[in-house]
Amino acid sequence: MPLLFPLLLSAALFGVGLYGVLARRNAVLALIGVELMLNAVNLQLVTYDAWYGDTTHTGQVLTLYVIALAAAEIGLGLAIILALFRARGTVDVDDVERVS
Amino acid sequence: MIAEILFVFLGVVALATGVLAVASRHLMHAALWLVVTLGAVAGTFLLLGAELLAWVQVLVYVGAVVVLIVFALMLTRRPTAVASAEVTKNSRPAAVVSVLATLGLTAVFAVTFGGSRFEVRRLGTAENIGSAIFTEWVLAFEVLSVVLLVALIAAIVIARGTEAGEH
Repeated sequence: MPLLFPLLLSAALFGVGLYGVLARRNAVLALIGVELMLNAVNLQLVTYDAWYGDTTHTGQVLTLYVIALAAAEIGLGLAIILALFRARGTVDVDDVERVS
Repeated sequence: MIAEILFVFLGVVALATGVLAVASRHLMHAALWLVVTLGAVAGTFLLLGAELLAWVQVLVYVGAVVVLIVFALMLTRRPTAVASAEVTKNSRPAAVVSVLATLGLTAVFAVTFGGSRFEVRRLGTAENIGSAIFTEWVLAFEVLSVVLLVALIAAIVIARGTEAGEH
């Protein structure tokens, strides 16, 4: 398989996620964009792992760690958004300047 | 050859549903399109020989993360407002920035890896990944477990918030 296939998919997914983070008004939907960007990076790591093919599986192990960190990130992010909603009654990123 | 066709198909699915996930007007539909995107990315992981990762992706992302997002969407819905998923005033510059970022990355990849091809030589089975983690990467694994614990406690503390302060 050409190395460019997964890399270009990853670049496009990253751009889509970037748009989601920058353009969405709802904070939870902005987090969806972050997840897409993290997935783009994971796809790159897996691609380089398949390309390099070493026994330590650096790319895939790193991807596993990124997935775990993404789970921690989404948990914390949603907790902050819930606190924000309780304090402000909105999760609109344009209306919010302070959390508490 | 069949792998390449499958990969292109999964890539198109992932991209199309990804665009829907960031552009859908309906809040809940955006979260559900994300499921399809993440599932298609899991499929590409399988094609790239990362068996274990594909199933971890399905379990953690499609299972846990999307459920969290759906719950957060339900909990933060204002009863009065229409469930709108509008974009900010910056949506046009945001589109320009993301297109430029994609084109820039594409150019870098095309110049750097233009003619390269690869074959999957070593599958990322649970056995291979497991032995790699617990021989080479065990320190990072332990650090990560502490990070997850800290994130868990922090999430509980933040989500309880003012309630704990009032007692």
